[in-house]
Amino acid sequence: MTHAATGHHTSMGLDNRKMAFWTFIGSECLLFGSLISTYLVYKGRSVVGPYPPEILNIPFTSVSTFDLLMSSLMMVLALAAVQRGDMKWGKIWLFSTALLGLVFLGGQVLEFTEFVHKGLTISTNLFGCTFFVLTGTHGAHVAVGVLWLLTLWVRALQGKLGPANAMTVEITGLYWHFVDVVWIVIFTVVYLIQ
Amino acid sequence: MEGASVERPVHPTADVYLRVGAVLVILTVLEVGVFYVPAFRLVLVPVLLVLSAAKFTLVVMFYMHLKADSKFFTFLFGVPLLLAVGVMIALLFLLLGALTLRGAAGPG
Repeated sequence: MTHAATGHHTSMGLDNRKMAFWTFIGSECLLFGSLISTYLVYKGRSVVGPYPPEILNIPFTSVSTFDLLMSSLMMVLALAAVQRGDMKWGKIWLFSTALLGLVFLGGQVLEFTEFVHKGLTISTNLFGCTFFVLTGTHGAHVAVGVLWLLTLWVRALQGKLGPANAMTVEITGLYWHFVDVVWIVIFTVVYLIQ
Repeated sequence: MEGASVERPVHPTADVYLRVGAVLVILTVLEVGVFYVPAFRLVLVPVLLVLSAAKFTLVVMFYMHLKADSKFFTFLFGVPLLLAVGVMIALLFLLLGALTLRGAAGPG
Protein backbone atom coordinates (compact mmCIF):
# COMPACT_ATOMS: atom_id res chain seq x y z
CA MET A 1 0.00 0.00 0.00
CA THR A 2 1.69 3.22 -1.08
CA HIS A 3 0.93 6.85 -1.80
CA ALA A 4 2.72 9.41 -3.91
CA ALA A 5 5.03 11.91 -2.23
CA THR A 6 7.15 14.74 -3.51
CA GLY A 7 10.43 16.16 -2.27
CA HIS A 8 14.18 15.58 -2.60
CA HIS A 9 14.86 12.00 -3.57
CA THR A 10 17.83 9.83 -4.36
CA SER A 11 18.13 7.79 -7.55
CA MET A 12 16.70 4.90 -5.48
CA GLY A 13 13.44 6.82 -5.06
CA LEU A 14 14.07 7.29 -1.34
CA ASP A 15 13.94 10.61 0.50
CA ASN A 16 17.54 11.80 0.83
CA ARG A 17 16.99 13.32 4.31
CA LYS A 18 15.56 10.07 5.57
CA MET A 19 18.42 8.08 4.08
CA ALA A 20 20.98 10.45 5.63
CA PHE A 21 19.22 10.22 8.96
CA TRP A 22 19.19 6.42 8.97
CA THR A 23 22.93 6.55 8.22
CA PHE A 24 23.38 8.90 11.19
CA ILE A 25 21.34 6.54 13.40
CA GLY A 26 23.62 3.71 12.25
CA SER A 27 26.65 5.69 13.41
CA GLU A 28 24.90 6.36 16.72
CA CYS A 29 24.48 2.59 17.15
CA LEU A 30 28.27 2.31 17.09
CA LEU A 31 28.68 5.20 19.58
CA PHE A 32 26.25 3.72 22.12
CA GLY A 33 27.54 0.21 21.38
CA SER A 34 31.03 1.30 22.43
CA LEU A 35 29.73 3.04 25.59
CA ILE A 36 27.62 0.02 26.61
CA SER A 37 30.59 -2.28 25.88
CA THR A 38 32.81 -0.15 28.11
CA TYR A 39 30.23 -0.30 30.90
CA LEU A 40 29.94 -4.10 30.59
CA VAL A 41 33.69 -4.70 30.40
CA TYR A 42 34.31 -2.77 33.64
CA LYS A 43 31.20 -4.07 35.38
CA GLY A 44 32.04 -5.55 38.78
CA ARG A 45 35.64 -4.23 38.60
CA SER A 46 35.23 -1.31 41.00
CA VAL A 47 37.54 -1.64 44.00
CA VAL A 48 35.63 0.92 46.12
CA GLY A 49 31.89 1.56 46.55
CA PRO A 50 29.17 2.54 46.12
CA TYR A 51 28.33 -0.50 43.97
CA PRO A 52 25.30 -0.75 41.59
CA PRO A 53 22.97 -2.81 43.87
CA GLU A 54 23.50 -0.31 46.71
CA ILE A 55 22.63 2.74 44.69
CA LEU A 56 20.38 1.98 41.69
CA ASN A 57 16.71 2.78 42.29
CA ILE A 58 14.71 0.35 40.10
CA PRO A 59 11.16 1.60 40.91
CA PHE A 60 12.18 5.19 40.10
CA THR A 61 13.93 4.21 36.85
CA SER A 62 10.98 2.00 35.86
CA VAL A 63 8.77 5.09 35.99
CA SER A 64 11.33 6.98 33.82
CA THR A 65 11.31 4.08 31.35
CA PHE A 66 7.51 4.14 31.22
CA ASP A 67 7.66 7.91 30.69
CA LEU A 68 10.04 7.57 27.72
CA LEU A 69 7.97 4.76 26.17
CA MET A 70 4.85 6.91 26.42
CA SER A 71 6.73 9.82 24.84
CA SER A 72 7.46 7.55 21.85
CA LEU A 73 3.75 6.78 21.59
CA MET A 74 2.95 10.54 21.69
CA MET A 75 5.53 11.07 18.93
CA VAL A 76 3.91 8.62 16.51
CA LEU A 77 0.49 10.06 17.33
CA ALA A 78 1.91 13.52 16.51
CA LEU A 79 3.21 12.22 13.17
CA ALA A 80 -0.14 10.57 12.36
CA ALA A 81 -1.97 13.83 13.20
CA VAL A 82 0.38 15.98 11.07
CA GLN A 83 0.13 13.53 8.15
CA ARG A 84 -3.69 13.76 8.15
CA GLY A 85 -3.52 17.56 8.52
CA ASP A 86 -4.97 17.62 12.04
CA MET A 87 -2.65 20.32 13.35
CA LYS A 88 -4.62 20.85 16.57
CA TRP A 89 -3.76 17.33 17.76
CA GLY A 90 -0.38 17.52 16.04
CA LYS A 91 0.55 20.43 18.33
CA ILE A 92 -0.86 18.69 21.43
CA TRP A 93 1.05 15.43 20.80
CA LEU A 94 4.29 17.26 19.89
CA PHE A 95 4.15 19.28 23.11
CA SER A 96 3.25 16.16 25.13
CA THR A 97 6.28 14.34 23.69
CA ALA A 98 8.58 17.23 24.62
CA LEU A 99 7.00 17.45 28.08
CA LEU A 100 7.55 13.74 28.76
CA GLY A 101 11.14 14.19 27.54
CA LEU A 102 11.57 17.01 30.06
CA VAL A 103 10.11 14.80 32.81
CA PHE A 104 12.65 12.10 31.91
CA LEU A 105 15.48 14.66 32.06
CA GLY A 106 14.22 15.93 35.41
CA GLY A 107 14.25 12.35 36.70
CA GLN A 108 17.81 11.91 35.50
CA VAL A 109 18.93 15.12 37.22
CA LEU A 110 17.28 13.90 40.46
CA GLU A 111 18.94 10.49 40.11
CA PHE A 112 22.40 11.96 39.43
CA THR A 113 22.04 14.39 42.37
CA GLU A 114 21.04 11.54 44.70
CA PHE A 115 24.03 9.47 43.54
CA VAL A 116 26.44 12.34 44.16
CA HIS A 117 24.98 12.80 47.67
CA LYS A 118 25.52 9.08 48.28
CA GLY A 119 29.17 9.44 47.26
CA LEU A 120 29.09 8.26 43.64
CA THR A 121 30.68 10.71 41.19
CA ILE A 122 32.26 10.23 37.77
CA SER A 123 35.68 9.86 39.46
CA THR A 124 34.69 7.63 42.41
CA ASN A 125 35.15 4.24 40.75
CA LEU A 126 34.87 2.39 37.42
CA PHE A 127 31.11 1.98 37.88
CA GLY A 128 30.63 5.73 38.46
CA CYS A 129 32.78 6.64 35.46
CA THR A 130 31.16 4.27 32.95
CA PHE A 131 27.63 4.81 34.36
CA PHE A 132 27.73 8.63 34.20
CA VAL A 133 29.35 8.69 30.74
CA LEU A 134 26.78 6.23 29.31
CA THR A 135 23.62 7.64 30.89
CA GLY A 136 24.90 11.23 30.59
CA THR A 137 25.48 10.80 26.83
CA HIS A 138 21.97 9.37 26.53
CA GLY A 139 20.59 12.28 28.59
CA ALA A 140 22.36 14.76 26.29
CA HIS A 141 20.63 13.08 23.33
CA VAL A 142 17.26 13.40 25.11
CA ALA A 143 17.98 17.11 25.74
CA VAL A 144 18.73 17.66 22.03
CA GLY A 145 15.51 15.80 21.18
CA VAL A 146 13.45 17.97 23.54
CA LEU A 147 14.89 21.16 21.97
CA TRP A 148 14.15 19.77 18.49
CA LEU A 149 10.56 18.87 19.49
CA LEU A 150 9.94 22.28 21.06
CA THR A 151 11.27 23.95 17.89
CA LEU A 152 8.79 21.93 15.82
CA TRP A 153 6.00 22.79 18.25
CA VAL A 154 6.76 26.53 17.99
CA ARG A 155 6.81 26.23 14.19
CA ALA A 156 3.42 24.48 14.39
CA LEU A 157 2.08 27.30 16.59
CA GLN A 158 3.31 29.81 13.97
CA GLY A 159 1.44 27.86 11.28
CA LYS A 160 4.69 26.86 9.56
CA LEU A 161 4.20 23.12 10.06
CA GLY A 162 1.65 21.14 8.10
CA PRO A 163 1.16 17.92 6.15
CA ALA A 164 3.71 19.18 3.60
CA ASN A 165 6.35 19.04 6.36
CA ALA A 166 5.37 15.58 7.58
CA MET A 167 8.82 14.26 6.64
CA THR A 168 10.43 16.73 9.07
CA VAL A 169 8.20 15.37 11.84
CA GLU A 170 8.98 11.79 10.77
CA ILE A 171 12.74 12.42 10.94
CA THR A 172 12.36 14.04 14.38
CA GLY A 173 10.41 10.93 15.35
CA LEU A 174 13.19 8.65 14.10
CA TYR A 175 15.64 10.47 16.37
CA TRP A 176 13.27 10.34 19.33
CA HIS A 177 12.49 6.63 18.91
CA PHE A 178 16.19 5.87 18.59
CA VAL A 179 16.79 7.62 21.93
CA ASP A 180 13.98 5.44 23.30
CA VAL A 181 15.43 2.14 22.02
CA VAL A 182 18.84 3.06 23.43
CA TRP A 183 17.15 3.56 26.82
CA ILE A 184 15.39 0.18 26.48
CA VAL A 185 18.86 -1.41 26.23
CA ILE A 186 20.38 0.73 29.02
CA PHE A 187 17.48 -0.01 31.38
CA THR A 188 17.99 -3.76 30.94
CA VAL A 189 21.79 -3.90 30.81
CA VAL A 190 22.60 -1.31 33.50
CA TYR A 191 19.64 -1.33 35.88
CA LEU A 192 18.01 -4.77 35.72
CA ILE A 193 21.00 -7.04 35.02
CA GLN A 194 23.13 -6.17 38.03
CA MET B 1 15.45 14.43 -8.83
CA GLU B 2 13.82 17.34 -6.98
CA GLY B 3 10.07 17.29 -7.27
CA ALA B 4 10.05 13.73 -8.57
CA SER B 5 7.15 11.54 -7.53
CA VAL B 6 8.05 8.43 -5.59
CA GLU B 7 6.21 5.62 -3.89
CA ARG B 8 6.24 6.02 -0.11
CA PRO B 9 4.85 3.41 2.27
CA VAL B 10 1.77 4.27 4.29
CA HIS B 11 2.42 4.25 8.03
CA PRO B 12 0.34 2.33 10.58
CA THR B 13 -2.84 3.90 11.95
CA ALA B 14 -3.17 5.48 15.41
CA ASP B 15 -4.97 2.31 16.50
CA VAL B 16 -1.90 0.18 15.69
CA TYR B 17 0.35 2.69 17.49
CA LEU B 18 -1.84 2.46 20.61
CA ARG B 19 -1.83 -1.34 20.56
CA VAL B 20 1.97 -1.41 20.20
CA GLY B 21 2.19 1.09 23.09
CA ALA B 22 0.04 -1.21 25.26
CA VAL B 23 2.30 -4.20 24.45
CA LEU B 24 5.38 -2.10 25.30
CA VAL B 25 3.90 -1.21 28.69
CA ILE B 26 3.04 -4.87 29.39
CA LEU B 27 6.59 -5.95 28.45
CA THR B 28 8.07 -3.28 30.74
CA VAL B 29 5.85 -4.40 33.64
CA LEU B 30 6.96 -8.01 32.97
CA GLU B 31 10.64 -6.92 32.96
CA VAL B 32 10.35 -5.18 36.31
CA GLY B 33 8.17 -8.00 37.71
CA VAL B 34 10.67 -10.67 36.69
CA PHE B 35 13.45 -8.65 38.37
CA TYR B 36 11.66 -8.85 41.73
CA VAL B 37 10.53 -12.52 41.59
CA PRO B 38 13.17 -14.76 43.24
CA ALA B 39 11.99 -17.80 41.25
CA PHE B 40 13.32 -16.18 38.07
CA ARG B 41 16.81 -15.57 39.54
CA LEU B 42 18.41 -18.42 37.55
CA VAL B 43 16.95 -17.38 34.20
CA LEU B 44 16.86 -13.64 34.88
CA VAL B 45 19.46 -12.56 32.33
CA PRO B 46 18.09 -14.48 29.29
CA VAL B 47 14.49 -13.53 30.15
CA LEU B 48 15.39 -9.84 30.50
CA LEU B 49 17.40 -9.89 27.25
CA VAL B 50 14.49 -11.48 25.35
CA LEU B 51 11.97 -8.97 26.77
CA SER B 52 14.31 -6.07 25.98
CA ALA B 53 14.89 -7.36 22.43
CA ALA B 54 11.12 -7.66 21.94
CA LYS B 55 10.59 -4.03 23.02
CA PHE B 56 13.48 -2.86 20.83
CA THR B 57 12.06 -4.72 17.81
CA LEU B 58 8.53 -3.39 18.32
CA VAL B 59 9.69 0.25 18.48
CA VAL B 60 11.97 -0.14 15.45
CA MET B 61 9.43 -2.03 13.33
CA PHE B 62 6.29 -0.01 14.11
CA TYR B 63 7.29 3.38 15.53
CA MET B 64 10.35 3.80 13.29
CA HIS B 65 8.39 2.21 10.42
CA LEU B 66 11.07 -0.25 9.32
CA LYS B 67 8.37 -2.90 8.86
CA ALA B 68 6.78 -0.94 6.01
CA ASP B 69 9.68 1.24 4.83
CA SER B 70 12.35 0.49 2.26
CA LYS B 71 14.58 -2.50 3.05
CA PHE B 72 17.53 -0.21 2.37
CA PHE B 73 16.78 1.67 5.62
CA THR B 74 16.78 -1.69 7.43
CA PHE B 75 20.20 -2.31 5.88
CA LEU B 76 21.49 1.15 6.93
CA PHE B 77 20.37 0.50 10.51
CA GLY B 78 20.92 -3.25 10.73
CA VAL B 79 24.53 -3.41 9.57
CA PRO B 80 25.93 -0.91 12.14
CA LEU B 81 23.70 -2.48 14.80
CA LEU B 82 25.13 -5.94 14.10
CA LEU B 83 28.62 -4.42 14.01
CA ALA B 84 28.01 -2.76 17.41
CA VAL B 85 26.74 -6.03 18.91
CA GLY B 86 29.72 -7.89 17.39
CA VAL B 87 32.18 -5.34 18.81
CA MET B 88 30.44 -5.62 22.20
CA ILE B 89 30.73 -9.41 22.25
CA ALA B 90 34.34 -9.31 21.01
CA LEU B 91 35.35 -6.72 23.62
CA LEU B 92 33.68 -8.72 26.39
CA PHE B 93 35.57 -11.87 25.40
CA LEU B 94 38.89 -10.08 24.83
CA LEU B 95 38.98 -7.73 27.83
CA LEU B 96 37.22 -9.93 30.36
CA GLY B 97 39.53 -12.77 29.32
CA ALA B 98 42.59 -10.52 29.68
CA LEU B 99 41.43 -9.19 33.08
CA THR B 100 40.68 -12.72 34.33
CA LEU B 101 44.11 -13.98 33.19
CA ARG B 102 45.83 -10.98 34.83
CA GLY B 103 43.88 -11.68 38.04
CA ALA B 104 44.87 -15.36 37.95
CA ALA B 105 48.55 -14.43 37.44
CA GLY B 106 48.49 -12.43 40.68
CA PRO B 107 50.10 -9.02 41.44
CA GLY B 108 52.96 -7.90 39.22
